[in-house]
Formats: sequence, C-alpha cells, structure tokens
Amino acid sequence: MSHLIQLKNGAAVLSNNEWITVQLPASHVEERKQAGKVVLFKLTGEQTFTPEQIEGTLIPPSGKVLVPLSVFIARQTALAPRIEKGEIGVWLDTHEVLETLHAALLDLNKLPMIAVHVERFADGRIFSLGTLLRTRYGFKNQLRAFGDVLRDQLFFLKRSGFDSYIVRADRSAEEAIASLNDFTKPYQGAVDIAKPAFVRYNRV
Amino acid sequence: MYKYDEIDQQLVDERVAQYRDQVRRYLAGELSDEEFRPLRLQNGLYIQRHAPMLRIAVPYGMLSSKQLHKLADITTHYDRGYGHFSTRQNLQINWPKLESTPDILAELATVQMHAIQTSGNCIRNITTDQFAGIAPDEVIDPRAMAEVLRQWSTFHPEFALLPRKFKIAVSGTKQDRAIVQAHDIGMEFYLDDDNKVAIKVWVGGGLGRTPILGSVIREHLEWQHALTYCEAIIRVYNLHGRRDNAFKARIKILVKALGIDEFKNQVEAEWLHLKGNPNTITEDELNRVAKHFDTMPYEKLAAQDANFDAAVASNPAFAAWAKRSLHAHKELGYRAVTLSLKPHGKAPGDATSEQMHVVADLAEKFSFGELRVSHEQNLILADVKLSDLLSVWEIARANGLATPNIGLLTDIICCPGGDFCSLANAKSIPIAEAIQMQFDNLDYLHDIGDIELNISGCMNACGHHHVGHIGILGVDKDGSEWYQVTIGGKQGNDASIGTVIGPSFAAEEMPSVVQKLIDVYVKERTPEELFIETVRRLGVAPFKAHVYAKNEATA
Repeated sequence: MSHLIQLKNGAAVLSNNEWITVQLPASHVEERKQAGKVVLFKLTGEQTFTPEQIEGTLIPPSGKVLVPLSVFIARQTALAPRIEKGEIGVWLDTHEVLETLHAALLDLNKLPMIAVHVERFADGRIFSLGTLLRTRYGFKNQLRAFGDVLRDQLFFLKRSGFDSYIVRADRSAEEAIASLNDFTKPYQGAVDIAKPAFVRYNRV
Repeated sequence: MYKYDEIDQQLVDERVAQYRDQVRRYLAGELSDEEFRPLRLQNGLYIQRHAPMLRIAVPYGMLSSKQLHKLADITTHYDRGYGHFSTRQNLQINWPKLESTPDILAELATVQMHAIQTSGNCIRNITTDQFAGIAPDEVIDPRAMAEVLRQWSTFHPEFALLPRKFKIAVSGTKQDRAIVQAHDIGMEFYLDDDNKVAIKVWVGGGLGRTPILGSVIREHLEWQHALTYCEAIIRVYNLHGRRDNAFKARIKILVKALGIDEFKNQVEAEWLHLKGNPNTITEDELNRVAKHFDTMPYEKLAAQDANFDAAVASNPAFAAWAKRSLHAHKELGYRAVTLSLKPHGKAPGDATSEQMHVVADLAEKFSFGELRVSHEQNLILADVKLSDLLSVWEIARANGLATPNIGLLTDIICCPGGDFCSLANAKSIPIAEAIQMQFDNLDYLHDIGDIELNISGCMNACGHHHVGHIGILGVDKDGSEWYQVTIGGKQGNDASIGTVIGPSFAAEEMPSVVQKLIDVYVKERTPEELFIETVRRLGVAPFKAHVYAKNEATA
C-alpha cells in the first residue's frame, strides 16, 4: 500500500512514489543548536556533513532523484544536465536554511520537487519553511513532507503549501487523507487560502 | 460580548469531531502516548497526578451567564462539583475522565466555548484587563482586537507546533492591569499624535524558570498591522527558537541570545514581506467584532445613591466589602464588583458548581448577563448599579463570595500546586490556606493594606510568584518540599521581578515568615506607604535580617 498522498487540483489521491530519496552515508555527527542560529558542527567544529560524506553520497544515475541540499550544492554543476531534464529534486532538514538553496539556484522552479524532512512530529519549523518556499521564493512545483508525518499534521501542512505527503510507514495513508479536511472554513489567510475568513465571507 | 456566527460555530464543532477521533485512535492503540500528547494538550488536556486535568478557554476572561451555568453543570456531571479559575483567566477541572473529554468539549461547543490551544506549544488564550470596556482610565477597549487575535491564532497553520508555549496579552489603559510585560508578546493600545489607534509592542517577557520583563520591539504600530507583525515575530521565533531544550525554548531566550536590536532587525526584515498581506485587519472587520462589545444599555443614573450611602454608613460589614470589592466605572452610578474566590482557608480560585450558578444568576439579574474572570483568580460583575450593590452583597455573602479581601494579603494568587499538578515541586494550596488563617483578621488585613502575595508550586510560575510583592515558590530539595521567598516583585507599568531573600523554608514556617515580613513593614512604613513601596525604599536587607534572625538564634 502506498504511503504517498498527493493533492491534485485540490483532491487528495494515493499515489506511487516516482522519486528516489538520496541519503548521505552515515557519519558520527554531533549537532549543536543555539537560540537564534543553527550551528552545525562536529565536536571538531566542522560542518555536519563532511566533504567525504558529500563526496560519498551515491546518486542513482538515472530516474527522478531527491538530493540532500548539501549534496545538491556541492554537485550542482555535475547535476546540471539532469536538472535541465527535470530529474533532480532537493530535500532539506527543518534546521537547514532556505537562503542556502536560493543562493545556489535562483529559480527554484527548475526543481520539479522540493521536500522537507521532519524528524519529529512536534517540529513545526516545517510549516514556516513551506510557507516561505511558496510565498517568498515563489516555488510552484511539488512540495513534499516526509519523515515523522502523521495524519494530524496534514491539515497544517496543506495550509502551509505542501501538496505531497509521505505518511509514516506504520500508518495508513488512506485513513490519513480524511484529516486534510479537518476544518472547512479556517480563520486566517495562509498559503492555500490567502484571504482570511473576514475577507472571504460577508460576516455580520 | 462576542457571539459566534456559523463560521465560528462550525470550526468549534469540527474541532470536537477531530478531537473525538483522536481520542478514539488513542484508546484503540493507534496513537502512542507520545503521539497523543501534543494533540490532547492542544485541547487543554493534561494527564495529572490523580486524573486528567482539562483547561477550558475563557477568551480574554469574558463569560456569559449561560456559559457559566454550563461550566457549573459540567463540573457537576463530569467532575467533583468544583472548578479552578486560573491566572490566565481560564477554568480548570481536575477530575474528568479521558473518555468523557470529547463529550465535555461537545457540551462546551453548545455555548460557544472550547478548550482549543489552552495548552501545548502554540498560541494560547489571549488575556487582558478584567475591567476592559468599563474602566474610567481606559483609552481603547482591547477586547475587539483580542477577539481578532483569537480568531487569527486559532489553528494558525504556520504556528501550530512552536518551540514552546506562546502567550499574548493586550491592554488599553495607561495603568497596565494585564501584565503585558510578562508575556511573549504584550500589546498596549493607545491613541497616537494623530488620534489614531496604535500599538506599543513588547516581546520576550515571561515568568517561568527564567523570569524576564519584555523589551519594547515597536513603540508605534498601526492597529491594522497587528496580525502581520505578530506573524513576523512568531515566524522568526518558530524558525530560530531552540527546540533541543524545553527550558530554553521560550521566545525570551531567543530575544536574549540575539539581543533585542538584532531580534528586532530580523522581525522587521520579515515584516517587510508580510506587511499589507491579506491578514491585514480591515476597518470593516474591526467594526464587525467591536459591535459585539458595544457599551451596555446603561440607565442614566446620578453619581450617588442615597440607599447605597445609607447602607455603607449603617452596615460595617457591607462597608468593609464595598471598600475592597468595588471598582470605578466609566458610567455614572455603576460599579464593577469583584466576587472573591479567596475565602480564608479555601483553595484560591476555586468555585463550586453552586457558586458558579449563583454568580451566573447574579450576572443575569444585575450585570447584563455577563461576567469576567480576572488573572487574580476572582470573578467580576462589571456593570452593577449602586442601588443593586446591597442585594448583590447579600447573595454573594450567603454563598461565600464576599470575603472583603480584594487586593489584601489573603487575596492570594495561587496555582493548583502539588495537590493536583504533576509538574509541581511542592504543594501551594495548603500554604495559601495556612497564610490566610494566620491573617484571618479583617481589621488587621485592612491595616496592612494593598499587597499582593503570589504562590507557585514550581518554577513554571503559574502563580506569577515573580511579580508578587511577596512571592512564594515551591522547590524540591532531596525529595522534600521547600519554599523560596521573594519580595519586591510587582505587576503594572513599573513591573519588577522579586528578589530572593535567602534560603528556603519548610511549609510549616511559611505563615510566620510572611508574618515577619509584614511586621517589618508595619514597623518601618511611613504613613500612606504600601508594602511594595517600603520594600522598594528600604531594599531587601531589613526584611531578610528579621526573617532569618530567629532562625539563626535557634539553629
């Protein structure tokens, strides 16, 4: 059974996943965060992903692949022909910064897909990232959430601009679809419905 | 007050259905404890020491008689016949069954109430001044904007799972009564030089483990931009606030780490993109909501009422109550009345179902069917005629709601503490009760005068101990309960965080510790000087010296 839900013209359908998500090889990485900035470094002070890791990442030679942001940036030139063919998407973690992606690729719409990996259900940064990709960077193609994605995030993900969701493997995506429509008439404007209720309806 | 249209009602009804299904999935084992946790919390449900605790939202403290009757019925049918009004103007019930909570929410929805976002890492209930709309010193009635903020924050998709809880308070008076500086965002509405409504915005205030007063992030914000400016602030926080350590996850830590200038720069940069977006509040929308808060159909009354004056003159008990419990009203011949939920020897902020029915009836009969909850955990009838006050008092007194201690030492702000709350380090209610019994002498209380004593059972500071003139904090030392005392905290425009006087005390010492603090004050005060003023003039030293003097002698 597929775990991928896609919104197509506003309707949610279960789909087969055509994309291969590329992972970096494992490394002994410590991640430290401070308020106000995300500092990614090993205990030695290097970046999270070592050049060896990035170098050692295997990208399937053909087909549609989702590449980690750091690998995408490192191998952008090599990937250029495949980007042109629409075979390359990018995925990032919630602590990564969108400016990095935008600096590497001014027109994000060259990517048929951007995906955000959410490690824990409670990590709501994914909603701001989706909102920014849609409203700030004008990203129009498929926007995917994967990782610890459960049905009770779906409504918020949809409203934050995501139209593709890989529900966690131990849960039913089919049942989760219902939660995309938990609320019919939300109050505030967001990505999916830009106008707030007080503009959309004639409230008296 | 605000009344739902079909859009409001549908959202609340859909929430009940959503939550009912979440509980079903949890009970069926489809959701783990850990997965259910953020879901139940955003519906106000805690798993507590004895049973779940359900926190019901009272938006900016406003209730109708009908709603309070319903709350009374809920405490009768689903709980043990009482509820606890909290310092965030909400109502908590301590003994509901998890299985019943969807039904409770469904019952609440029938009277336009809910428990949405009363807990969890999201935007919480918007709070304000309990005298909003009727205070003579009010510049702007903040309730319409509070309601606009409530709607905007309800299920805000981008801010559904923040690093930590997020509290917003609004106020429309020069004399702040909503402790806006102790909130994640505080907004003071005022009239600017062009006589237009503007907002002064504070950010990064909060009590809890790291008490900090907010910093001003904007002196002047046009009211239309209230929502988009909040979006800018909360987006910066959502993206950059710490998520690795719950104790360092509040926005105040981020503001402190970056410094207010850098934080402001980031917010303003973000706001450039958001300013003017569709969430910009329209004149029509503000007017639509404000209509719900139109002034009451007041009678034209004289400033004085002969019968009231006669009752004050002839009835000392009534006079004592009137002195403490009545508040100035912008309308001639009217008063706001505080009904004390602080009778001596009872848990502060608790009300029985019977009392709730009585208050609901009082509001219906004497105060246009509405009432308010104060963050000091009392109930307020906002619009009572002078000529009705004697009747109100008689009924209130007969039902234990007329202790004339408002603003006095025994009007203690107190969290539920270790008797109920699983977060607490120590009990707080028995400490409050013991102090109330120590000072169970009204003449003496009146002589001590205005003073605020706040008790929290742990550093989460639900009892706002940092801003109490006397603050008491329950702490855990090697598994036993101790109490740390601060003095010199204050709410209001000149808010301050209290100073710890020294090593903590055992529970049984607490009444005498407070007694000693009061003794120093009574001895040292100048005429007309309140406790807090004496503390500010003399500093902590003389208080500390007296409190610890005997301990050292007997140690």
